[in-house]
Amino acid sequence: MALRDITLGQFFPGTSPIHSLDPRAKLVAMVCYIVALFLGQWFVTYAILLLVLAVVVAVSTVKPKALVRGLKPVVFILVFTAVLNMFYTPGEPLVSFWIFNITKEGILHAFFMVVRIVMLISCTFLLTYTTSPLALTDALESLMGPLKKLRVPVHELSMMMSIALRFIPTLIEETDKIMSAQRARGADLDSGGLIQRAKALIPLLVPLFISAFRRADELATAMECRCYHGGEGRTRMKQLHYRPGDVLFMLGASALAVSIGVLGHFGL
Amino acid sequence: MAQSIIRTDKLVFRYTTEAGAAPAVLDGVSLSVRPGEFVAVLGHNGSGKSTLAKHLNAILLPSGGKVYVDGMDTCDEDRLLDIRRQVGMVFQNPDNQIVASVVEEDVAFGPENLGVPSAEIRQRVDAALAAVGMSEYARHAPHLLSGGQKQRVAIAGVLAMRPRCIVLDEPTAMLDPVGRKEVLDTVRLLNREQDMTVVLITHHMDEAAQADRLVVMHDGHIVADDRPELVFQNVDGLRTLGLEVPEPVALLYELRQAGVDVPLTALTVDECAAILRKLLA
Repeated sequence: MALRDITLGQFFPGTSPIHSLDPRAKLVAMVCYIVALFLGQWFVTYAILLLVLAVVVAVSTVKPKALVRGLKPVVFILVFTAVLNMFYTPGEPLVSFWIFNITKEGILHAFFMVVRIVMLISCTFLLTYTTSPLALTDALESLMGPLKKLRVPVHELSMMMSIALRFIPTLIEETDKIMSAQRARGADLDSGGLIQRAKALIPLLVPLFISAFRRADELATAMECRCYHGGEGRTRMKQLHYRPGDVLFMLGASALAVSIGVLGHFGL
Repeated sequence: MAQSIIRTDKLVFRYTTEAGAAPAVLDGVSLSVRPGEFVAVLGHNGSGKSTLAKHLNAILLPSGGKVYVDGMDTCDEDRLLDIRRQVGMVFQNPDNQIVASVVEEDVAFGPENLGVPSAEIRQRVDAALAAVGMSEYARHAPHLLSGGQKQRVAIAGVLAMRPRCIVLDEPTAMLDPVGRKEVLDTVRLLNREQDMTVVLITHHMDEAAQADRLVVMHDGHIVADDRPELVFQNVDGLRTLGLEVPEPVALLYELRQAGVDVPLTALTVDECAAILRKLLA
């Protein structure tokens, strides 16, 4: 099993205008877009939202194929949602057999739900494809900054997140090694029923956890040696700056959400 | 001695367990390191060399005696950051000391903690990466680098804090021969060109031989402290401590045992060859 091939964080470096936007602007715009998705009630609003998404994808130079690949794991959820919505929405029946009724409203509802989820996932993927994980954690730390006054440990949380991201590849490599080592001793990791396979994971997880704790201990010492003493008095090499483009992007996204909200309010 | 960067004075350290005090890991170690020196500390496992290293920037505090860094007592908690800024530390496992997922961000970690202004951090990071020859990897992900490259990044991370001294605790123990050479060459270059004080903890004789001064530890004591070529002359003494001498010295020693009159001062293959050539001429 080539665990190493999994690319986590899913960041495709690039130089497009979308890549170079401030990560905070992208995060805010994404939230606005998702709000708009759930406020929309009308075919035309979804057409508009789809157009916006298509334009942003085109500008970002992210291959549409990559977005489609991101949708693959959720196909099951999509089908499930569509079927549930189709059968359980009350209204004017179109087809009915035994205890099942397919209603016109149900089909519409199912369609909208699927469109929403597809667009929601596409836009979150677009964010992670065009923004490095580190920039994202920085953006979160900065956006959640005001929560520090409420004693939310914002700096600590973002530090934990970036360290977790940093150690994912290291731990994956380690898991790979432990798997090979246990296989070499005759462990059978790939066959048997669910319970047997779960049991086979124990000799994998125990060494992995022990080594992760040891790593954590050493990392803590190394961080102390480099004068880490919490977020107080800390500066950053790369400071985030809003440029006019970032502000415009956020304004555009919020205007989109507001106008679609207004349209939705009038039942459109 | 006011001019030494690091000075330990009858340093004693014992781990305290629930059963009471354990035997001392360090027992009366007095050592002083002058600015610009390249000191190697040699000893086999359990000799106390890594424990000594951890005292040099207040990761461990002495159970008895004192440690001074640039005149500051390491027990003084108010000076902790100053002490750690002066004495940077590089550890054995390169993976467990890299904090960020981009090389240059990791190098910036130290100065960020010290509250250095952004523009200056940028300069320091670029200078530190250039000093270890890793400039072209600034935007790379650390987990894709080789072991030797990771250790050079770790050294750059320490350099960016602008320390006066670097302590390396078995930095090559997990590396292949190519990685070992990379790291050692980098350390020697820093010592020569930037006049950086280096304390290298190691159990490789050939690494120890490259230092200006060699301190041999055994059972928590310093048993030798001199220029490497002089320390290695005592072949029998080192062997009773379970330490081997570098191969050139071992060869000359065997010749001497066989009755050939050769000096034991050669540390490198070239020096050894020169002595043998003179003998045969």
